Amino acid sequence: MEARAGYDASIFQPLTERPSSVTRKIIAFVGSDQRLMVGGILLILYIVIGLVGPSMSPYDLNAPDLAVRMQAPSSIHWLGTDRIGRDVLTRIIAGSRVSLQVAAGAVLMALLLGAPLGAFGSYIGGTIDALVQRVMEGIMSFPALVLALALVALAGPSVIMLWFAIAFSSIPRYARLLRSGVLTQKEREYVDAARAMGQSPIRILVKQILPNIMAPIAVQLTLDFARAISVEASLSYLGLGLSVPYISWGTMIRDAQDFLEVAPWLAIFPGLALAGVILAFTIVGDALRDRMDPRMRSSLSRRLV
Amino acid sequence: MLMRYASMRLAQLIPMVLVVTMVVFFVMMIVPGDPVMVMLGAVDGAQVSREVYDAMRLQLGLDKPLIVQYLNWLSKVLQGDLGTSITFRTSALEVIFLRLVPTMYLMIGGLIVAVIIAVPAGVLAAIHNNTKWDHLATGFVVLGISVPTFWLALVTILIFAVYLGWLPSIGYTRPQEDFIEFLKHIALPMSVVALNIAASVLRFQRQDFLEQMHQDYVRTARAKGLSERLVLWKHVLRNSLMTTVTVVGLQMAYLSGLITIVESVFNYPGIGYLLLNSIRTRDFIVVQGVVLFMVFLVIIVNLLIDIFYTVLDPRIRYQ
Repeated sequence: MEARAGYDASIFQPLTERPSSVTRKIIAFVGSDQRLMVGGILLILYIVIGLVGPSMSPYDLNAPDLAVRMQAPSSIHWLGTDRIGRDVLTRIIAGSRVSLQVAAGAVLMALLLGAPLGAFGSYIGGTIDALVQRVMEGIMSFPALVLALALVALAGPSVIMLWFAIAFSSIPRYARLLRSGVLTQKEREYVDAARAMGQSPIRILVKQILPNIMAPIAVQLTLDFARAISVEASLSYLGLGLSVPYISWGTMIRDAQDFLEVAPWLAIFPGLALAGVILAFTIVGDALRDRMDPRMRSSLSRRLV
Repeated sequence: MLMRYASMRLAQLIPMVLVVTMVVFFVMMIVPGDPVMVMLGAVDGAQVSREVYDAMRLQLGLDKPLIVQYLNWLSKVLQGDLGTSITFRTSALEVIFLRLVPTMYLMIGGLIVAVIIAVPAGVLAAIHNNTKWDHLATGFVVLGISVPTFWLALVTILIFAVYLGWLPSIGYTRPQEDFIEFLKHIALPMSVVALNIAASVLRFQRQDFLEQMHQDYVRTARAKGLSERLVLWKHVLRNSLMTTVTVVGLQMAYLSGLITIVESVFNYPGIGYLLLNSIRTRDFIVVQGVVLFMVFLVIIVNLLIDIFYTVLDPRIRYQ
């Protein structure tokens, strides 16, 4: 006979599932999508190797060693050597730093400049909003690379200038995102309630509106990152990138062009590295975007009910 | 009705044109160095007399407030006067027009080839959705977006010019002089441009066709008993046009950058190459002119596309 308790004893069963932490949730999220997995692993590889790699290599980044110049890939120099004898693999690993740092700065700058513009413009509305929109449209009709070229060429290739030049053409994207987010949420009841409570507009924007547009912003950031890396590489290839002691893949390819016939590995490998990291960001961004779509639809219908 | 729409769109353009020209004008202001000295052709350390300096300063209108300078410059631009090139000593407009034709061959040729490849491929990928052909197409799209153009260009040079020796790697021959040579020189650059654009066109065509396939009117047509092939054909004709035109519009701004890079790699004498050279020689008048030209190209093409939409779908006119 069971114990005669007046209640269902099963409520005292220990939980068989462990509570999911944030990490577990992230792993579950990534693991559920093949593209996210592949792209994510690739990205982590790039970042880790980029950080740890240069110190693990026996070769110096910049010191010439004319005895071993222009050697094809071998067991000693896995990706060969360049025209003054530097190990190509070591330089490629070091080059990831410039690409990632410049791209990160540029994307952040675009976000920090574009988001407030879009948010406040649409929140205030009226002529200011129309003005901001026209300006953004104007910027969007600019060929991004050409503008970046002109900016960097005329003002000098400093890190800040590179950030700004690459960021400039992306600013309208974030302005638009924020604008659509603000417009959608502006008339909702909770915003009215917050306003009635006397919360300042900034607080309303940050606390009420922002959390709802995080997802599309994340997608945009990822895809923008890919674009920023590509633009930085193009600028470096055209001779407008950062110079020594910074190493950039674009510059490596530029230097390799004269020796294309005798030493094709000098141009091929940096390009593969570039293609790999851009590919990774693109795959992740695309996968995130596809995930967002049905999700947004379902969350929207939840809200309407 | 069409005229009304066209003029409305034109009027909407004016603030955008103002913004764009302002950006171009003020970007040129950040050029380090003294523009007077640059115009005088004075190298660093060269001595110039006070009178000559002041005269040039007046001539350039630099004594006036910035906004007046901008308006003066703008009025000249609208009349077709882009200034005098510092390096070439002739009208900047002339310099640009000379280089325009090769670039147009590249742009238009590239676009046409891209559309010819990508539209059928996109449609087929949509029809055979989720088969290995579809995956192949999607792979092509992703690669096309990710691989850096200048690197792709170098790889094609490596394969076709260096190893196979079929095509020349640099230069240009006018089609009137030697058509075969013209084709040989333009083959590689145009292929690179075409591949790049094809990736975007394929992606949008495939997406759009997939959506269209599930629309109600398709079901109706099939229910009416129309053959599968007829249904698909009507599809293809109608929305391919719209999609292709849309993509071209979206890609116009990107196209200018693409052309610049491709012309640089192949030493192809178009306006992209001119832009890079002018930047190198600090001829910022030509730089200004080329950038303005590229932007106006984008704006005008997009305007034409908008008008074209109303021709395709008259409902849009009444919005």
